[in-house]
This record gives sequence, C-alpha cells and structure tokens, in this order.
Amino acid sequence: MLAESLALSAVLFSIGAIGVLTRRNAIIIFMCVELMLNAVNLTFVALSKVYGTAGQVFVVFVMTVAAAEAAVGLAIIIAIFRHKQTVNLENINLLKG
Amino acid sequence: MPNFFYQVNFYLFGLIAIASSITFVTRKSPVAAALWLVNTMFCLAALYVMLEAQFIGVIQVLVYAGAIMVVFLFVVMLLNLGHPAEIADIRGKWGRLAASLLGLALLAQVMALAGKRLPEPFTPGGGYNPDVVRDLGAVGSVAQPLFNEYLLAFELTSVLLLVAIVGAVVIGRRRRIDAR
Repeated sequence: MLAESLALSAVLFSIGAIGVLTRRNAIIIFMCVELMLNAVNLTFVALSKVYGTAGQVFVVFVMTVAAAEAAVGLAIIIAIFRHKQTVNLENINLLKG
Repeated sequence: MPNFFYQVNFYLFGLIAIASSITFVTRKSPVAAALWLVNTMFCLAALYVMLEAQFIGVIQVLVYAGAIMVVFLFVVMLLNLGHPAEIADIRGKWGRLAASLLGLALLAQVMALAGKRLPEPFTPGGGYNPDVVRDLGAVGSVAQPLFNEYLLAFELTSVLLLVAIVGAVVIGRRRRIDAR
C-alpha cells in the first residue's frame, strides 16, 4: 500500500497548495498549510514501514512545529485583526509597493 | 499481500480524505472549512493505524484534530468570523485558473517522483519489524529512537515550544496605547 499512500499524500498536498493560492481568508490559508503538513506526515508514515521507525519520530517533530506555528500565526492574525478589523488578505497590503 | 478487507478500507479512507479536503478548500464559511479539515485528519489517523503507526494515529487525533483545530475554531469565534466574508474570499477567474494549473503541475511532479523505484533501505531489515514492536510496544518503538538518536532535536523542540508560547502571548496581548 506504499504507492497508494504516496499518491494520496501528493493529492492532499496539491489540494492544500491550491487552497493557499486561491483563498484570501488568512485563517483558511493557515488551515491549508496544516493540510500540506498532514500530507507530508502521511509520506513519512508510509515510508517508515520500509525504512524504519525514524519516520514516525519525524512526524512527532512535524506535529510539534505545526502546533508552535499555529499558536504564533493565530496570535499574529489576532493582532492584525485588532489593527485592521479584517483577515482578508486583499486589505492587508502594507508592504505593497 | 494485504487482504481484501484491508485494501477496501484503505481506499475508502483515502477517498473520504480526498473528498473532504476538496470540500474543505471550497467552503466559504471558516467554521465549515475547519470541520471538513477535521474530517480529513480523522481519515488520515485511520490510515496511520492501518500503516502500523498506531501511536502516530492517536497523536493525530489528540494533537491535530483535538488541539490545533480547536485553537483555529477559537480564533474564528473570538474574531467573530463565522459568517462568510462580504468581500469575495476566493480569488477571481484568472487567479483560480493559475492556481489550478500550478497545483496540477505540482501533482504531476510528485506523481512522477512517486512512480520511481524506491532506494533500498540503508540498514537491512530496518523497516517495520513485528518482533521489535512485540518487544517494545507500539509506543516504545517510536520512543526508542526519539530518546536516543534524536534526543538533541527533542530537547530543542521543547525550547521551540517555549518560544512559541511566549511569542503568542506577547503578540496576542492587548496593548493599551492610551495608558502610555
């Protein structure tokens, strides 16, 4: 079932990437990034069956980094919302030239 | 060769995962999107269990579906974003087309890579070994490398979590400009 897992992981990663590119809501973009991390985790787990349990250890690390990223990112979104009253990326264009 | 029941369940959970992730990307309301993403994560947890990674499956449900997504839903609730946005949330026709093309190109690339023959394991017999799992248990076989070979990375992870906690509190704090 290794090939099927890798294919499923590729599909989920692409859906996440398309979501990041098409959506404008910052929170939904964050969730799409989480979906991409999940797809990578599936690759790690599928390959750990062939190459040893080190892959599962990496999944634990990826989950920790995802948790830290979600905490800091959502705090930034809250700070931006206090400032701008929106999370739509169209209206957050301070760095636009 | 896995048996028929195993294969049917594997494809079932895989298809549900793909379907709910597509639904997740296309939902307008952030709450509906978050719940579809939770569904995807549950399917992935089932797949982890079927791939002999039971501990990762449990952690997936507890940490991802239980903790991270709840934080997302809390932020949606705090900022009162539950209703669909008044400005168009999804990019226009050209943006959508470009994103789809880019996504399809990415998919083709990864699929082409996945079609290649995989390299041999670095250490012979390094893959999933039922004897090791019987000796150490499903958790022990993950903990063994985590606390030996990857101990330094594990300790650095704790520093990362501390920094993230402090950073989240500092950034999310309400500043009183008028009090200064």
